[in-house]
Amino acid sequence: MIHEQLQIISRKTIAKDTVEMTFHGKMAQEDILPGQFLHLLVGEGSNHMLRRPISIAGVDKQESTITILFKLLGEGTNTLAKAKPGDQLDALGPCGQGYPVDELQMKHALLVGGGIGVPPLYYLAQRLHEKGIQVTIVAGFQNKEQVFYEEAFRELGNYYLATDDGSAGEKGFVTDIIKKEGFDFDQFFTCGPTGMLKAVSTQLEDEEGFISIEQRMGCGIGACFACVVPAPDSESGYKKICKDGPVFRAKEVVLA
Amino acid sequence: MNLNVKLPGLDMKNPILPASGCFGFGKEYAGLYDLNLLGAITIKAATGSARYGNGTPRVAETSAGMLNAIGLQNPGVDQIIENELPFLAGYDTPIIANVAGSTVEEYVEVARKISKHPVIKAIELNISCPNVKEGGVQFGTDPELAKMVTAAVKEVSDVPVYVKLSPNVTDITVIARAVEEGGADGLSLINTLTGMQINLAGRKPLLANKIGGLSGPAVKPVAIRMVYQIRQMTNLPIIGMGGVTTAEDVLEFLLAGASAVAVGTANFQHPFVCSEIIQNLPDVLSKYGFSSVEDAIGKGHEHADTNLSRA
Repeated sequence: MIHEQLQIISRKTIAKDTVEMTFHGKMAQEDILPGQFLHLLVGEGSNHMLRRPISIAGVDKQESTITILFKLLGEGTNTLAKAKPGDQLDALGPCGQGYPVDELQMKHALLVGGGIGVPPLYYLAQRLHEKGIQVTIVAGFQNKEQVFYEEAFRELGNYYLATDDGSAGEKGFVTDIIKKEGFDFDQFFTCGPTGMLKAVSTQLEDEEGFISIEQRMGCGIGACFACVVPAPDSESGYKKICKDGPVFRAKEVVLA
Repeated sequence: MNLNVKLPGLDMKNPILPASGCFGFGKEYAGLYDLNLLGAITIKAATGSARYGNGTPRVAETSAGMLNAIGLQNPGVDQIIENELPFLAGYDTPIIANVAGSTVEEYVEVARKISKHPVIKAIELNISCPNVKEGGVQFGTDPELAKMVTAAVKEVSDVPVYVKLSPNVTDITVIARAVEEGGADGLSLINTLTGMQINLAGRKPLLANKIGGLSGPAVKPVAIRMVYQIRQMTNLPIIGMGGVTTAEDVLEFLLAGASAVAVGTANFQHPFVCSEIIQNLPDVLSKYGFSSVEDAIGKGHEHADTNLSRA
């Protein structure tokens, strides 16, 4: 993990309340795994005392850029979104443990994402695709307005889309698509709201896979114990999401 | 410039120390900068046995601050002695152990054990954690209990005892007087102020524990007032804290009467903040006409025309 002032080179609204931001910086030369995050300082002065953890959605080592996507959910993310190309953002990163893409032997990966949990899966799909692994992506959103990266995902694998109201793709949840399609895969990788993570990991409990957990964080480096999750089989009985995660083996932790 | 300060048990290179709970047991921040730069380090609270703490979410941002309800999560005093303190022994920085408990017996047991470890130079007696159902804050809000637990811990501790007071009381000077009578060697001021944030969409308190402790710049004026008030009634050395983010804030606490100043929440916003404050402190002290840290301690009282107790 390094500390760097990342320079914004582009900022786009790519779906409803969803901002894509690309930075230029030396951090892009670090070995960044999908699932790792940036811990971003918000605004100036003392208005925002807590950084915002945001997953990395893409890395281009040649151009030395890192891309993130975030949703406007409150004052903090609204302030972040006001930063414009040319501005710098104070970042710690890459933080946490990502999906161990280089350690897994597999032919077919199933990626399941929900809402703003989808972005890290795009970087993951890229990395797996580069390794020649067959990728199936199941993405769920509330409605058509929230959908992003549909075409980009289609270039990397088989893409299935579900929306709660049926305004794009199939009406229903990601779990409905998994049930209907009965995919044959070696590992699953999922990221999204806790309810979705629980539903997916329960549905796929006989399979091997990884989940990535979202939680409000304090320090982001493992010192403050704000973001913990029970891990009954570990020595301490818990894991720190920011440092030991946010990616865990599906059976390693117990979701609240 | 001479930044040294001497407090009971603590021979500090400078008056800056990270506050308990904001710095873990030092390992994470040791990866960012040299912990030898710090005046001292207050490690995360220790209890008699391991505690898991509260449910999540445990933190929420507020205007110029944050609420936390971690709930004293820690591996227990024996594990801390075995697994955490050896790492800190490699540094030439005094370590302060924050001691918590649910009963007087637990406080005594933890203090007796941890004060015997050679890296521990002082105890910060935590009678003010707002985030646990049992223990902690009831000792900090009742003067008799505060005096009793202080005296009991003093009896078994091999190192000086600083009592960390709660601001969630009608008159903090009453508690300060009580722990002084109980034999405290110093005071640590202030712990967090209890607060709550309600999530509009969820229609319920945001923190799993519902109530949390407010910290950050929002609480600094409360902390300054309490340090100032207590400085006027006792000569016990004070470790001041509450919303410190800059060297100017440190000077303000020194003027109010603190001899050392802890930095908490700001570590989350700027993980290098303690080292930056230490670097900036000499310039800020000389800008305001001071030639050392000692020179500034308590100087906010010299021109006071009104004694607060009569105000």
